[in-house]
Amino acid sequence: MKRYWFILIVTVIAISSGCKREQRAFHEQPPVVHTVDSNTVMQLPPGASLPVQNVKNDYEQNAYALSEGKRLFSAYNCNGCHSMGGGGMGPALMDEKWIYGGKPEEIFSTIVAGRPNGMPSFRGRVPDFQIWQLAAYVRSMSGQLRKDAAPTRDDHLQGRPPESMTKQKSD
Amino acid sequence: MIGLLLSGIAFAAQNALDPAGPLAGRINSLTRVMIYLLSAIFIIVMIVLAIAAFRRQRHTTPEPEPHNAVIPPQHDREQRLSRTVTAGVLLSVAILFVLLVSSFLIGHKVFTSPDRSNALIIEVNGRQWWWDVRYDHPVPSQIVTTANEIHIPVGRPVVLRLGSNDVIHSFWVPNLHGKMDMIPGRTQEFALQADRAGVFRGQCAEYCGHQHAHMALLVIAEPEDQFNAWYQAQLQPAPAPSTASQINGQKVFLSKPCVMCHRIQGTDAGGRLGPDLTHVASRQTIAAGTLNNSREHLSQWIQNSQDVKPGNRMPPIPVNGNDLNSLLDYVQSLK
Repeated sequence: MKRYWFILIVTVIAISSGCKREQRAFHEQPPVVHTVDSNTVMQLPPGASLPVQNVKNDYEQNAYALSEGKRLFSAYNCNGCHSMGGGGMGPALMDEKWIYGGKPEEIFSTIVAGRPNGMPSFRGRVPDFQIWQLAAYVRSMSGQLRKDAAPTRDDHLQGRPPESMTKQKSD
Repeated sequence: MIGLLLSGIAFAAQNALDPAGPLAGRINSLTRVMIYLLSAIFIIVMIVLAIAAFRRQRHTTPEPEPHNAVIPPQHDREQRLSRTVTAGVLLSVAILFVLLVSSFLIGHKVFTSPDRSNALIIEVNGRQWWWDVRYDHPVPSQIVTTANEIHIPVGRPVVLRLGSNDVIHSFWVPNLHGKMDMIPGRTQEFALQADRAGVFRGQCAEYCGHQHAHMALLVIAEPEDQFNAWYQAQLQPAPAPSTASQINGQKVFLSKPCVMCHRIQGTDAGGRLGPDLTHVASRQTIAAGTLNNSREHLSQWIQNSQDVKPGNRMPPIPVNGNDLNSLLDYVQSLK
């Protein structure tokens, strides 16, 4: 009898640990509180290199935030230039090559500050929490996120495997 | 009594039993025929059942019959029974046939495509969770875009072109017509007509997500000349801000996330994700019929719409006191 209880409790704990991936908040606070200095365009500093920031974007493990990022990606017309990640007027986002860096804080500053030759600055126009959702989604395009959190399908016809099926390329 | 109950209880601005147009009138007459006839049948059946139950009780004899008793044939009783059953079946078939034919004829009349020579054509698109409204016109400069409020002239047929941009919604203004689904990727034509002036409330009638219940719209039927005056006013670009506060408010609007989704004609704000705000102050409600259009409600909505309508697409906008006042002054000047 005791053994059954043990199995039951372990199963419940195992199942409920997965609940956070669907957690959604109506009063969103950006997952990263300290503002990333988004004025830096060049990664090359004089002298010794800057300390690595290593910002953790919690949205990268949240399926709801990622699907919101996916919705905003077309709503705010990111796909106007980047197509559905394949690139067009702007660079492709579904490969492993990142001109201005592919870490969460680098993507954040790319969106906030803009980049030379076309990427507009969205400072003040898109709320911070939505930029973090977009940054998380953009990283799912190249298969860098957990498969159970990344979006599994499009709302429309899609010409590529879903983000959850994208394999990360290794050099 | 049933009729009294039906017409008395419901909310007057959203009531299928208080029709304001010929199509809703036909649906209403069919509904009433069905309700009265079926209630009468129900009452008669209940009376007959009660009589049968009490008669049976009176005649029952408790003495048991022996196993091998021969029951004498009762020819006249059997004949009477079969006659009654036959009459009942024929009567039921006849009544059902009448109801079938009348509902078929009314359904056919209600959903045939109308005469469009004189019709006003309005595109209505369902969004999560509001209504995007566009008055079609062959001359592009005469097209009017608005949201959540449809003005129509009394006595003139209106053809709605219903569609959706996200999920399935359903357009339902009970005083004017039945329901019609709005399906993404399809245009569904739907004719309406109002025979008297009035404000009629409509509601999304197909579950479409978190705030489905707060997806309402108003249809305002008014005399032709009033409608034309409204239409001419809607065609104008937004009035330019006149006071210092309004000028600052416009600056706030254009430098905040508002411009990503909303449009104000005559300014740089050209977003198409949210409702067109060119003449937002002329509308009676905000947030798709959720709140009355007042300064307090606008302020509440701008600062944190998630408190009012949790899950809606508008993010909270951080504005401080002075800028908020200016912004409200500006938005309220958009008559």
